[in-house]
Amino acid sequence: MSVAPVEVQRPATGEDISFDRPWVTIVWNDPVNLMSYVTYVFQQVFGYPKAKAQKLMLDVHHKGKAVVSAGAREEMERDVEVLHGYGLWATLRHDT
Amino acid sequence: MTSFRRVVDRTREPGDPAGDRPPGPRYLFTARFSATDAMLLRELVSQIAELVGGPPAEGAPAEGLPVEGPPPGMPAADVSADFADALGLTEDASLPDDPALARLLPDAYPDDPGASGEFRRYTEKDLRAAKIAAARTVLDTLPEGGGRIRLSQPQAEIWLRAINDIRLALGVRLSITEDMYEEMGRIKPDDARYTVLAVYDWLSGTQESLVHALW
Repeated sequence: MSVAPVEVQRPATGEDISFDRPWVTIVWNDPVNLMSYVTYVFQQVFGYPKAKAQKLMLDVHHKGKAVVSAGAREEMERDVEVLHGYGLWATLRHDT
Repeated sequence: MTSFRRVVDRTREPGDPAGDRPPGPRYLFTARFSATDAMLLRELVSQIAELVGGPPAEGAPAEGLPVEGPPPGMPAADVSADFADALGLTEDASLPDDPALARLLPDAYPDDPGASGEFRRYTEKDLRAAKIAAARTVLDTLPEGGGRIRLSQPQAEIWLRAINDIRLALGVRLSITEDMYEEMGRIKPDDARYTVLAVYDWLSGTQESLVHALW
């Protein structure tokens, strides 16, 4: 015996929900945080090797912001929360 | 300038067999503070704790007094507040008006006040508590009279955040820009900002030395 999947009519939400595009955590440049400290935080929080952490720090510094992690929304909220704990100016958004 | 350095911790605690420790040496982070610098740093972390702690909630019962239930027939107005408190939820979930406080507790969704508020409701209370606890750690490890201090690695990491919070708040108050060092050259010693900038600069150097000691 097999049960056929029920066709569920989805309500139109008006939102473009897409599961393949992840959410991203962005760190913004600010004039206070030390370059050494920002690099150190990227290593501590994400476990990135020093070279990668340094490159991201320089992206933040020169371009004004950088995407530092990507994934599910809950994970990115967790990353933003941890970065706020370190005093970094972090936000998240759906990657479009 | 206060400079931190890393030293190997050679102290052994009784009943602390070597096998229980993580492999490799254990480090301490040491620096010497003058009495004046210690007083200054203690004052600054206390101000941060006050800034993020805010005034006591209105209508909060004085400590030690028994809390009475609402009179019969009156709705228990603060039950939901207590419940939110127990869950670590913040009632006021908007970006703080004070720009220094707003920098310490920023929005997570800059273009979406609703989502930012929701995020804030679930995280801000813990964030404030962590900053107050960091200030407490500095007060507990830095004697009023200064001297040589020795921090464990976890304490040193907390110090980094505590010093950073002070610099963030001072940076907002001073409208610091990335050209600060050029500006400093133009500011005269009788300018009101001069002393605060000197303190900011001292904190920057101290934090920088602690980052490098921890690396």
